[in-house]
Amino acid sequence: MSARPRAGRKLAPYLLVLPGGLWLAAFFLIPTVVMLSLSLQSGSVEEGFRLTWRVSTYTDAISLYHTQLVRSLTYSAVVTGLALVVAYPMAYWIAFHGGSRKSSYLFLILLPFFVSFVIRTVSWQFILSDQGIVLGPLKSLGLLAEDFHLLATSAAVIGGLTYNFLPFMVLPLYVSLERIDPSLVEAASDLYASKVQGFLRVILPLSLPGVFAGVLLTFVPAAADFVNATILGGPGTTMIGNVIQTEYLTNLDYPLASALSFTLMAALLIGVFAYARALGTEEVLEVSAA
Amino acid sequence: MDQDKRPPEIDSALLRGLTQARLTRRGMFKAAGTGAGVAGLAALLAACGVSGTSQENKAAAPGFWDSQKQAGLLNFANWPLYMDVKKVGGKETHPTLDQFTKETGIKVNYKEVIESNDGFLGKILPSLRAGQDTGWDLIVITNGPPLSRLLRQKYLVELDQSKLPNFNKNAGPSFKNPDYDPGNKYTVPWQGGLTGIAYNPKFTKREITSFEDLFDPKFKGKIGMFGDVNDAPNLALAGLGIEPSKSTEADWKRAAAKLTEQRDKGLVRKYFDNSGEAQALASGDVWLSMAYSGDVFQLNAEKGREELRFVVPKEGAMLWTDNMCIPLKAQHPLDAITYMDYVYRPEVAGALAAYINYVTPVPGAKQAIEAEAARASGEDRASLQDIATSPFVFPQESDLANTHSYRDLTPEEEKIWNRLFQPIFQS
Repeated sequence: MSARPRAGRKLAPYLLVLPGGLWLAAFFLIPTVVMLSLSLQSGSVEEGFRLTWRVSTYTDAISLYHTQLVRSLTYSAVVTGLALVVAYPMAYWIAFHGGSRKSSYLFLILLPFFVSFVIRTVSWQFILSDQGIVLGPLKSLGLLAEDFHLLATSAAVIGGLTYNFLPFMVLPLYVSLERIDPSLVEAASDLYASKVQGFLRVILPLSLPGVFAGVLLTFVPAAADFVNATILGGPGTTMIGNVIQTEYLTNLDYPLASALSFTLMAALLIGVFAYARALGTEEVLEVSAA
Repeated sequence: MDQDKRPPEIDSALLRGLTQARLTRRGMFKAAGTGAGVAGLAALLAACGVSGTSQENKAAAPGFWDSQKQAGLLNFANWPLYMDVKKVGGKETHPTLDQFTKETGIKVNYKEVIESNDGFLGKILPSLRAGQDTGWDLIVITNGPPLSRLLRQKYLVELDQSKLPNFNKNAGPSFKNPDYDPGNKYTVPWQGGLTGIAYNPKFTKREITSFEDLFDPKFKGKIGMFGDVNDAPNLALAGLGIEPSKSTEADWKRAAAKLTEQRDKGLVRKYFDNSGEAQALASGDVWLSMAYSGDVFQLNAEKGREELRFVVPKEGAMLWTDNMCIPLKAQHPLDAITYMDYVYRPEVAGALAAYINYVTPVPGAKQAIEAEAARASGEDRASLQDIATSPFVFPQESDLANTHSYRDLTPEEEKIWNRLFQPIFQS
């Protein structure tokens, strides 16, 4: 009689994990296997693609596009660093000094999301244009050289990426800072810690899970982005996302595009694991629980 | 109407690759050889093969056209902004289509669904390959590799020239009997256009005449190029004095080297994605750029003055045509060919050209537009006169003579070509 509930209890965790598991199988595992297969096939759209275990697609992909791959990872690292520097004080201020208006401030940070990503980036193209509303007057005043430009530079692409991904950094930081019990800071100052020491010894370590989550949420999508490089970039700022998009949709070279995607994925996974190792995995679990 | 006849939204070749197991014999042996654990994965990977679109063609049998009857319906797939529009009581109508329906009784299911050649072909190729109706009776495809793909596979219905009297009478010589379709056996042009050089005289402060101007260090960082693997490489070949359509792999390497040098010297400001060059020229972000004739005309028309100039460089421009064709197994071919011929009436071609602003294949449309201008008044009259005298819509025969057409590529060549040129633009 008592066996029944016990069996249910045994099954419960699996049943709970089932929806998530199915989701991952359908939308991650299957596409990944298909992509891996595609990257090892050869052929053309007309003749069809067949699995020939052609590994040299990978070496081709890397020798043709290693610059773009390295550039994407570098841009993304810079973007993550900038976003962290900008977002931490914002999140800190909202969490500790936001008072009753905390949610309004958070809403303000999310507000740009109500306008399409592409439209926001295109408006930056207008603002930064060579003869546009910012550079035009500065040039006519003689403050800038006539051939000075911001568009088509790495600065424009990195700026655009930082702007677009900032909320992904602010929100997890805010969550982890908001959870810190203010009495811990009081206790630190009771024990003769200065404000700086209190921050470095108490607040910063406790906010690391937020930093970890923010860095992941910014770094991974930023490395694969192609919109900012298309709209704000020029020659010499192409990111790997642009290459993958063109190879897939324009040149219909599925194996090359898949090999590039896989290489990017591998690079990101290695980076993420190394980073998780360095920061410790417990915090990661803590963040996902948060 | 005809919801079910529309092509599926997902690339069905890919979808089939995802859903249907297609284990080949070779794949089986391979899988068996690599051990039990790996075998599962290998079979899984092999099952993910994407089936090709090639097949033996069942060409239209003789007497095909004799047995056709007018069905009173035409499913027409076209590109955006490629049909005259008139607002009547807040509703947009297409006057030339309405007139066609009135005269012939053929209703036109007109959809602007083609946004790129490859994207659209990706949707219809699986049906063609399976020997099924694509849902469209008339499609518009640009010459070059996409159209060649259809022609090579014989996926188009051979046209009955006796049903195209207006085309044979009124089409301009540059639009008849093209290299890619001798004798217009399968296609007739919808509109054409030139890819040449546009510049903003306010910034260049001199006339631009040659392809070499795109390599002038004086314009460092102010030069725009197209970043696709069609226009830019072909125009670069023409610029080197090579006829693109007859170029060899060695020529491609020379063109690639020239374009790479241009990029590495910092001359190029931006590789455009087949659009946006006119706006960038007007804003001064680039001073001169590879450009489409129609884009320049439309921008000048918007500004109401000649802001930008378009030139056919002395080495020649690319002349491309978007071509009407009937996909195999189309349900209403007679309706389609009737429409194909209808647009070659000068007054219809004129009405289309006045809206579209690309190069019309009917030189006689000029008189039709002038006659229309004489009847109109005020602003309409001025803009119609602009169009009739525009060198973009009605290029001089000397300009048209100095044009080249795209290189056709076999699938093997296409791979070499793409891997040679794509990395230049995506640096």
